Amino acid sequence: MRFAFEDDQLELAAAVGDLLTNEVTPARVREAWASNDGRLRDVWAKLADMGVLGLMVPEEAGGLGMGEEEVTLALVECGRVGLPDPVLSSAMVSAPLLAEVVAHESTPEAAASLARIWLERLPGGATVVPAFPLAKTVAFADSADMILGYADGELHVVDPTSVRLSPERSVDGARKLSRVAWQPHPDTLLSDGDAAREQIRRAWNRAALGTSAQLLGLGETMLAMTVEYVSERKQFGVPVGSFQAVKHHLADARLALSFATPAVHRAAHTMAGGHPDAHRDVSMAKAMASEAAAQVGRAALQCHGAIGYTTECDLHLYLKRTWALASRFGDARWHRRRVAAALGIDPLSTVS
Amino acid sequence: MELLDTPTEAAFRAEVRAWLADHVPAEALPSGDTSEGFAAHLDWERTLFEARYAVVSWPEAYGGRDATLWEWLIFEEEYYRADAPQRVTQNGIFLLAPTIFEYGTQAQQDTLLPRMAAAEDLWCQGWSEPNAGSDLAGITSKAVRDDEAGGWRLTGQKTWTTRGAFCTHLFGLFRTDPDQERHRGLTYMMVPLDAEGVTVRGFTRLDGDEGFAEVFFEDAFISDDWVLGEVGAGWSVAMSTTSSERGLTLRSPGRFQATAERLLALARSTDQLDPVLADRVTTAWMAAEAYQLYTLADVTDVTEGRPPGARSSLNKLWWSELDVELNRLGLELAGAEAELDEGSPGAVDGGRWMKGWQFALSGPIYAGTNDIQRNIVAERVLGLPRK
Repeated sequence: MRFAFEDDQLELAAAVGDLLTNEVTPARVREAWASNDGRLRDVWAKLADMGVLGLMVPEEAGGLGMGEEEVTLALVECGRVGLPDPVLSSAMVSAPLLAEVVAHESTPEAAASLARIWLERLPGGATVVPAFPLAKTVAFADSADMILGYADGELHVVDPTSVRLSPERSVDGARKLSRVAWQPHPDTLLSDGDAAREQIRRAWNRAALGTSAQLLGLGETMLAMTVEYVSERKQFGVPVGSFQAVKHHLADARLALSFATPAVHRAAHTMAGGHPDAHRDVSMAKAMASEAAAQVGRAALQCHGAIGYTTECDLHLYLKRTWALASRFGDARWHRRRVAAALGIDPLSTVS
Repeated sequence: MELLDTPTEAAFRAEVRAWLADHVPAEALPSGDTSEGFAAHLDWERTLFEARYAVVSWPEAYGGRDATLWEWLIFEEEYYRADAPQRVTQNGIFLLAPTIFEYGTQAQQDTLLPRMAAAEDLWCQGWSEPNAGSDLAGITSKAVRDDEAGGWRLTGQKTWTTRGAFCTHLFGLFRTDPDQERHRGLTYMMVPLDAEGVTVRGFTRLDGDEGFAEVFFEDAFISDDWVLGEVGAGWSVAMSTTSSERGLTLRSPGRFQATAERLLALARSTDQLDPVLADRVTTAWMAAEAYQLYTLADVTDVTEGRPPGARSSLNKLWWSELDVELNRLGLELAGAEAELDEGSPGAVDGGRWMKGWQFALSGPIYAGTNDIQRNIVAERVLGLPRK
């Protein structure tokens, strides 16, 4: 047994982390809030250059041919800096979904070519976002080059110029959301039936896993900011971090985050290996990461005091992202229901 | 990353599982924290020793199998899955032995370890004193040098000594330099409890078992052979033991996973399971699973030369609160019958949840209360200011 990432995987994560730490300062996140599309295009281009956007694109389609473990590590780094751009959507959801369509034996040739075209554009920086039936709104649909829509058992490539987008407003000003109204057309069909259902199920699991990874990164940032703040901020003549009440909030935050982390790593491993329990592992990861990040966020705000309760303090950038992502792709309760069903103790068993 | 057993590990697992299936007593033994139960547990310890399963991770020369940390985890997982008896020898083999391996002389290792493995010597801890609980450095029991006799004379009192009334030996800290305070001037000593001047008085714990003792020393003599490590260096010697206690060597994940599986079985057999309880059982099951995963990551770090350090305080917080929650949920599933105690004929699962609940409640208290652990995490893991 060995439960750790390999050196080359950790080196990749460190390289992504270095790039993002340098490029995505809090000021850049604020810039995304103020912009129309919430995108940091220069960072997106650098991620493409580094290969991050093609991590899960097969080598023959111009990507790096890696798996869920590597992209999970990269998404922890995206979460850590609060990068708004849809790395999850393009690199972890759309890339393997399109690759599965291309590779599936029942995919008609026309659909396979359509999928291949978009798959090959991903490493260079095409933005492809999924529209899942469980969510009414889609992040960054307005800046997407293509939307993958799933409805009535059919998976389609949906041209953003052919759809009606109605803007919605996220509490996280960097996340530009829209409701997407689209019509299926025979020419845009990628897959249907059992194949489509399985593909979309795995895509949903990857979305939940990648979101868990971002939540871990956000949690680490909020905790680190708070440790730094309470070590410097003085009240009653001493750093507030020397008070036990503050210490215990932050120790509990560390505890929750430290035990959610291996759950996310394990889910990345079993998803990558196509393990039969992978969906249960993903749900455990998303449930724990959502709860942990929310707990860290709450402790961070409390320990920052009134200074944290302002938009001048950077904390709110990460806190609001945490709120957004904790409920995306199944919130903690939804995922615990799915774990309960897998364990045979869901009394209302309807979730599959 | 590889989360499956290697072929060697799988073979070891199969061997352990088969042996346990053949040897674990069908009837649960009476509690090892009572005098009759303790005797029954000693027979079991000797059965384990004869099959060389008492101390799998120790060298073969001392009765072990030179098992890797992975194999030790596998052994523990199978042990708890088989619902095998509680280990009444655990304080010796898990807490004292690592310290003897690290600090003991060759002679101490050769004499003490085989007898400990065979459950011939039974060890209890002597840390706490009436006025030194979480604040261990406040101990006042003292040892005065007796040059003529070549040893030390002990005076003072230890208390809350688990299974002290049934054990043969005690290990703990004594103040050897009266001019030094707190962490300085302490020495790690081992004491045969039949020495003249030692009195052991058992008393009853919250769960009704006579599992505690207070130990009085009135000018009790021990020879120099019973000093572990350097005179005056007791604090750092002891810290290697307490980090074992807080960390993974005492509370292996298999124990909590087995309890979580029993909880699941109880939940599955519950008519009209309450959805809120189902949610909480799921949360607790995930916490047990997460403890296993955290341990696997820790063991990987340890075997690859990255020591866990103060992170062991995170371990202790997690498993001790997990254990409380698992047992509380067992009681909630038992409903109106929750109060039926162990051995009561109508008790759900033989009353093990009430027993487990009371035992679990000690977890957040012993080995440094969880309140102290949170300070340690804040100061040593997060780096917050001490004052």
